[in-house]
Amino acid sequence: MKSLIAQSHSLSDPDVQLDIINNHNEKIKSLARFEQKLDEIDLFPLKPTGIEIFQINVGYMCNMTCKHCHVDAGPDRKEIMTRETLELCLDALNHEQITTVDLTGGAPEMNPHFRWFVDEVSKLGKHIIVRSNLTILDTRKFEDLPQFMADRGVEITCSLPFYSKRRTDTQRGEGTYDKSMKVLKILNEIGYGKDENLQLNLVYNPVGAFLPPDQESLQEDYKERLWNDHGIVFNELYTITNLPISRYLNFLLMSDNLEEYMEKLITSFNPGAAQGVMCRNTISIGWDGTLYDCDFNQMLKMQTNHGSPDHIKDWDLERLNNREIMVNQHCFGCTAGAGSSCGGAVT
Amino acid sequence: MISQLFLYHFDPLNFNRNRFSQSNLYHMEKTYYNPKDLKKFGNVSDFQKELGDKFFDYYNTVFADSALSAKEKSLIALAVAHAVQCPYCIDAYTEESLEKGFSEEQMMEAVHVATAIRGGASLVHGVQMMNKVDKLSM
Repeated sequence: MKSLIAQSHSLSDPDVQLDIINNHNEKIKSLARFEQKLDEIDLFPLKPTGIEIFQINVGYMCNMTCKHCHVDAGPDRKEIMTRETLELCLDALNHEQITTVDLTGGAPEMNPHFRWFVDEVSKLGKHIIVRSNLTILDTRKFEDLPQFMADRGVEITCSLPFYSKRRTDTQRGEGTYDKSMKVLKILNEIGYGKDENLQLNLVYNPVGAFLPPDQESLQEDYKERLWNDHGIVFNELYTITNLPISRYLNFLLMSDNLEEYMEKLITSFNPGAAQGVMCRNTISIGWDGTLYDCDFNQMLKMQTNHGSPDHIKDWDLERLNNREIMVNQHCFGCTAGAGSSCGGAVT
Repeated sequence: MISQLFLYHFDPLNFNRNRFSQSNLYHMEKTYYNPKDLKKFGNVSDFQKELGDKFFDYYNTVFADSALSAKEKSLIALAVAHAVQCPYCIDAYTEESLEKGFSEEQMMEAVHVATAIRGGASLVHGVQMMNKVDKLSM
């Protein structure tokens, strides 16, 4: 499967996506605005609580082309962060307030400077999270990475949309489940999920137009099934809601689920979740150094605004800590039900 | 936990008071079931508020976490929805079961439980037939 951008698909244009989730039909036009819902609970404009997590999207290239991917990542994406931009990130990271560096993509492992950068961040004493699709670690070129990451205490957070083969392969491609089980066993063998310093977390996201289950209850199911079926252990399960952008938006449109999904997100707005949205303690850095409030805003090209710096070369932690966060209708995905973030439910 | 069906309980502020107006009657559906009608379920209170309110209070209490979890109840509801062949309930509790974390296999097994009971209910009457055959036969 090609990425939307390689297909010259209209939905590869962020403006088209924003127009659809705001104005697709009369019903969608009539739905409450995110700003309005924030205003009702005195949270608008949305302000950071302080940047603690530095999430770098090191490139949109991926060995997979998942049906729901908000990045529209795939083998045909060539956007990769350069070493020069990574060096600017290192400069910005040299501050104690930022405790965690979260590496995402695409498949972050495919950035040619990945190993060098992990080493450099490790020297700064920052906690490192790598968001892995698992299957990339089942290739000859990257098969040494589990040990490399273990030696540096890197936390691995990996995608596994369900504990069953059927649903996992539906979303991520035939054979993904079996490869994922193989790699999880390798990670367990070197201590991931067992050694307290080697955190192994899984990410669930719905394979369809519905909201995630209760995170704690589902984690019990995952632990039971993965242990009983494969002898696999892990630390935490994070449930993440699909946001109505990019390929997932395409699915919603093609399956005639958009209106009901938007309505569901909005009627499930949870003020408690809004208080804890990840953009309040996270900054997202794009492959070209552009700054965003989150990885979803990055894909919609909604860079940091309202006078705050919008590129890593202009990094100013104080001003970014006091910025106004950019919001739009897709943000309802992070405030529905128990809330959603890169660290799972927020309530 | 609010049950899936009750998620579609009407919001009085958004309720269309003119829905039974003459112009709307002209646009009544030509079929008996319309998925959008599920969202209007709460409107049944409009014609008999006291009983409607009592029903929905009861309904929400039934589906709350208690001796059985709300999760377990959603799968029971899915099975019963198939036994009573309610299309609204099937839509609602399919979605609810997915959102409670059940797999496709678990959901289909629940449907088979309903099927087994329905089929068994017919078949067990075969004993009555056999009894009658015995009584009538030499």
